[in-house]
Amino acid sequence: MADQLDDYVNAAARALELPLDDAWRPAVRANLEVALRLAKLVDDFPLPDDAASAAIYSA
Amino acid sequence: MSEAPASMSAGEIAQAVSNRKITAVAATEAALVRIAVHDKVLNAFTDVTADRARAKARAIDAEIAAGKSVGPLAGVPFAVKNLFDVEGLATRAGSKINRDLPASPRDATLIERMEAAGAVLVGALNMGEYAYDFTGENAHDGPSRNPHDPTRMAGGSSGGSGSAVGGALVPIALGSDTNGSIRVPSSFCGIFGLKPTYGRLSRARSFPFVASLDHLGPFARGVTDLALAYDVMQGPDTDDPACVARPLEPTMPLLAEGISGLRVAIAGGYFQQNLLPEAVEAVARVAKALGATRTVELPEAARARAAAFIITTTEGVALHLDRLRKRAGDFDPAVRDRLFAGAMIPAVHVDKAQKFRRWYRARVLELFQSVDVILAPATPCTAPKIGQATFTLDGVELPVRPNIGIHTQPISFIGLPVAAVPVPLEPMPIGVQIIAAPWREDIALRVAYALEQMGVANAPAPKGF
Repeated sequence: MADQLDDYVNAAARALELPLDDAWRPAVRANLEVALRLAKLVDDFPLPDDAASAAIYSA
Repeated sequence: MSEAPASMSAGEIAQAVSNRKITAVAATEAALVRIAVHDKVLNAFTDVTADRARAKARAIDAEIAAGKSVGPLAGVPFAVKNLFDVEGLATRAGSKINRDLPASPRDATLIERMEAAGAVLVGALNMGEYAYDFTGENAHDGPSRNPHDPTRMAGGSSGGSGSAVGGALVPIALGSDTNGSIRVPSSFCGIFGLKPTYGRLSRARSFPFVASLDHLGPFARGVTDLALAYDVMQGPDTDDPACVARPLEPTMPLLAEGISGLRVAIAGGYFQQNLLPEAVEAVARVAKALGATRTVELPEAARARAAAFIITTTEGVALHLDRLRKRAGDFDPAVRDRLFAGAMIPAVHVDKAQKFRRWYRARVLELFQSVDVILAPATPCTAPKIGQATFTLDGVELPVRPNIGIHTQPISFIGLPVAAVPVPLEPMPIGVQIIAAPWREDIALRVAYALEQMGVANAPAPKGF
């Protein structure tokens, strides 16, 4: 997983045209690990298929 | 004075100015002197708008001399976090990059409303870069410092606001709160802060961070001043699409109604974890004073904090993506690295976080059918040392920067109104959140006022400089 996340960080930076300096990569990776861990906590919560987003556009 | 001493509240200054016991010019000059003397230590101000302030003060004095009525904040000096547009200044929002923006052509709506009530803008205040911060530290302007111990954090991201009011440089400041940035500096600096309901106060002509979470609100050294400022800033504004078209709901006339009949509960579970003893003590003191013995559980609060984190970092990077591509080296490194990571979070997680948000909001609103007020800590601890990287909560060493706001994030995530009240523990104060149902700022302020009258909550005199 460790290598995969490094690969992902590098690929995502290239795809997004973000100028990821080598010196910044460890901190970016560490922050992404935290974010993905928190995202999993949210993902693990079961919601019905018809759950509505809080970000609703109203015309 | 006649001068306006630092101990005068905004309400006292306005009354003295209106009654011609002091002039608005004198009140303004007194604030400018305090800033000149003490901001060398506190580093709360990034801009002092002395010429503008003197002109405004002279205009107020002229109106009074002409027998015209002046507003409820006549001659009251105030300052704003530097993400508010101030006519003639580039809105830096704590950044290096934004200093290259052209000068703002017009003040933010809330500044206009404060000045329409007679208040006098004296400057713009330091803040964490682009409001992505809980510490009050700033890589470009240096840290805002805590008025009770300048070696400690002011809290962020409205660090200058907390420092300026906590240090009694000005009686009122304005700030923003996306995940806790009014409540955290209030707690660390020992002052009162109000994060209103999401959509209550206009954000027009302020620099955004996370549009679906951003709130603006006031800081003060007492509840009456907080209510004075909040009341004059209310009202719809078509320049902010999130600002609601509710009628004005003044809170000042209700402050002294007392707490009789209010159902007060203590937030349990998540909100009783990850606390140092001082935070536990502060909540206990407030709960005892209010006679609160019941505990309620905000369901899935840890997930709410996680979802707020995901929405914050992804909406935040969407705002800054172009700046990151072109000027990544000009960001505060701590902000840049988090935003880079935010750009890499798959959209599926954001969608889930927004759906969870609606679920969580519905469950928490159910609680308010049986309670009127929920008490929770504002911060896990008193102000850490500037530069402190870690602290130990529940036996686990954690990074300070992202964890200061763990008790504020699940509340602002669904836009609930909160009055942060300072409990004057020694050697450092700490805040407690008084949380009410949406649009019930009046209840949060009534409880805060009662606590102030009982002496349980008050803003201690600055002693650090």
